[in-house]
Amino acid sequence: MSDPLPPDRLETRFHDKGPLYSEAQARAEADRCLYCSDAPCVKACPTEINIPEFIRKIGSGNLRGSARTIFEQNLLGWSCARVCPVEVLCVGSCVYNGFDQEPIAIGRLQRYATERAGFDATRPVLARKAPTGRKVACVGAGPAGLAFAGYMALEGHEAVVYERAPLPGGLNTTGVAPYKIRADEALREVEAVLGLGAIEVKTGAGVGPDGVRGEDLLSQYDAVFIGVGLGPDTRLGVPGEAGPGVVGAITWIESLKLAPPSEVPARVLVIGGGNTALDVARECAGLGVKQVAMAYRRDESAMSGYAHELAGARKEGVVLLENATPVEFLRDGGGGLVAVKLARTGPDGRPLFDQYFEHACDLVVLAIGQSKLREIAAEFPGVEVDKRGCVVVDGETRRTGNAKVFAGGDCINGGKEVVNAVADGRDAARWLTAQWQKEGA
Amino acid sequence: MADLSIDFAGIKSPNPFWLASAPPTNTGEQVMRAFDAGWGGAVWKTLGDPIMNVTSRFAAVDLGAHKVMGLNNIELISDRPLEVNLREIREVKKRYPKHVVIASLMTETKEDWRVLIQRCEDAGVDGLELNFGCPHGMCERGMGSSVGQEPKLLAEITSWAVQYAKTPVLIKLTPNTGDIVEAGLAAVAGGAHGISLINTIKSIIGIDLDRMVPVPRVGNASTNGGYCGPAVKPIALHMTAALAREPGIKVPISGIGGIGNWKDAAEFLALGATSVQVCTAVMHHGYRIVEDMIEGLSEFMDSKGITSVAELRGQAVQSYKEWGELDLGYKLIARIDPKSCIGCQLCVTACHDGAHQCIFTGDAPRERPPHAHAHGMAVPPSPFPIGAVAGDRVPWIDVPECVGCNLCQLVCPVPGCIEMVEVETGRHETWNDRVAEGRTKLPGGIHDPP
Repeated sequence: MSDPLPPDRLETRFHDKGPLYSEAQARAEADRCLYCSDAPCVKACPTEINIPEFIRKIGSGNLRGSARTIFEQNLLGWSCARVCPVEVLCVGSCVYNGFDQEPIAIGRLQRYATERAGFDATRPVLARKAPTGRKVACVGAGPAGLAFAGYMALEGHEAVVYERAPLPGGLNTTGVAPYKIRADEALREVEAVLGLGAIEVKTGAGVGPDGVRGEDLLSQYDAVFIGVGLGPDTRLGVPGEAGPGVVGAITWIESLKLAPPSEVPARVLVIGGGNTALDVARECAGLGVKQVAMAYRRDESAMSGYAHELAGARKEGVVLLENATPVEFLRDGGGGLVAVKLARTGPDGRPLFDQYFEHACDLVVLAIGQSKLREIAAEFPGVEVDKRGCVVVDGETRRTGNAKVFAGGDCINGGKEVVNAVADGRDAARWLTAQWQKEGA
Repeated sequence: MADLSIDFAGIKSPNPFWLASAPPTNTGEQVMRAFDAGWGGAVWKTLGDPIMNVTSRFAAVDLGAHKVMGLNNIELISDRPLEVNLREIREVKKRYPKHVVIASLMTETKEDWRVLIQRCEDAGVDGLELNFGCPHGMCERGMGSSVGQEPKLLAEITSWAVQYAKTPVLIKLTPNTGDIVEAGLAAVAGGAHGISLINTIKSIIGIDLDRMVPVPRVGNASTNGGYCGPAVKPIALHMTAALAREPGIKVPISGIGGIGNWKDAAEFLALGATSVQVCTAVMHHGYRIVEDMIEGLSEFMDSKGITSVAELRGQAVQSYKEWGELDLGYKLIARIDPKSCIGCQLCVTACHDGAHQCIFTGDAPRERPPHAHAHGMAVPPSPFPIGAVAGDRVPWIDVPECVGCNLCQLVCPVPGCIEMVEVETGRHETWNDRVAEGRTKLPGGIHDPP
């Protein structure tokens, strides 16, 4: 893959939050692990990686075995090691938390094993089984789709991945905070997955009425997996929103990660209380934005963003405006954004009568959610979408109402972690393979 | 403050902590720094005719991130001219008259021994330690452990030394022998005034798997070395105790093997040692470790109301018995404290795979393994224990099946979480009692019907 990324893009200004361990650090940390039985950390991992086992293998110097233990359960174990909210998953459940000791740094150990031993294209740690002649299509080259394609390839099937965007990797490439992963690193992991063999990625190949048609995929492939994620950023629909200085969070982060550098504004207001809003706020602080504020329509306790991320944001100088929602974007004569008029809200998040204040800012980033991609589901007969706009699947198999179509990732859950997307893709691949083996037998 | 001074066969030492004959006692400069740090005595690196050494010389066993659990060496005795060593000994004794300097010696003929002993004593040593223990290199030339493994030879050479010496003669024994008591008795028969043990254990410590050569590697080959360090302490403790409880051995013992702190030292003293010697821990961490050894031993003795090393010496010897003298009716049961349990469940796996399958999880009755002694299901305690930290992950003991083996407590990472509780069984007897009464036959023996 030739380098499609501008070398001076804004994300390169960020430092790695948890750099790769040295061998001595990794061995010392691995040595602390108690190697619990029926370990709580494994239960807390959506992909159920055998964490004590991979850590023990680091301790013995068996790094390839360690990476294998991780990849067997999570092909994107490297990016999950970096983007997972480990504080609320594996690390949060480490028994050391109840033992007045630092929990094991599972994410950093997982990064060490996968990064040191997982990317050697000449000696992959997982080998592909003999070709089966089966061929599957995957819509979307994000974590869910790549996991599905990767596990299918390992089982001996072929996979063709259709990606609307110019680059594969989904939000790992375009949307993850750069102090967790940079775009070039995300692409390196994609390359490693493609290195398993028998996976073709077609970029710039969106599925829908204007592109590749669902009926063609259904006729050409033995099965289809939908991992399209979510659509564009949701807009507020208030006066003055259209125009310069108001941008959606996903668009803004993508430009930070992929586009040539632009001017850093002096004052930014982020709208929203989720993890994407927190990511944007922390990224702004990291870029040297002088005033970073977040406006959330309820109080702090109702925020869906992680408490540890909010605490980190506050340390970096981010101010949280609770119980406030924008009602108008105020612009000067030239149309430039000068301030946002916000209404104070009650505990239910609704504006209170006639209580307004203004917040001066140069840029507003809207992180209030992403729209759903209903039209892609409509390409496949039998695939249903629920009230929220999420594709409806069977919880165990990830099969949709169309027996040949599976789905996973943000498009079925409305927006969760990379690790959940990987679990979806993997479980669909496992179930489908088992099903075909039964049929073949 | 407890009195740490000792009298070892007439050798007075300010404390029981001596450096063993090894690299830390190679030169006068080192020994003087050691005395400044607080060591009470030093057994000089073994003297004899100078030798040649090889490179490399040491290799170690690590345990996880803990370095040097065991050390192996193939270095020989002093490679420096005898007169240089003796000049330095003279200087040390002049500057540190109250500290103990013992010359470790190794040579071959009777005449060699006579001259070597006389020259060392002329230099002012407080005593002599005959090295009958070194298990590498020198033993190939008929010295070191090859003497220690032959009781008659050991006794004879000892008697030569005792005949020539004016100062006390200690015999340093090799553990590479079937019966350490036989060697100890031979030393006493030869007239030894004291015994030092253990010397290193004959060993191959590891293999360089890339080169397929043992370590420490000398080019494309290696040889067996002498093993020491924390890993050998249990072997040394047993051999110390075996001599201490032997009625025929009344001479003082200098305990050696894996001693790194005051607790290790206290254990050797409690099993009958009068002094202790340290090498590996100093090679690892330096002379400075003696500060904690002195302070810790002193604090321990004060806390127990023990006023002198002589009073501490041998306090545990009486309780070291033959297996046949142990109480078969003594019974312990494991008890897990739900408050401090962290839910790691290491005890569960250890008990199921490595012990007697009597620790379970979950609040439902559990099926016992088919070989269980008790009948029926194992029943969880009621109310079911919910841990302050571990919640419903607190394991429970199937009491009728628990044999009180300690394994769960040994693997539990939380101090005090698993307690071994005494249970009165009402019957007390030893195997020896049964032997005396002719009740040694148990059902299911070799000659019982299938």
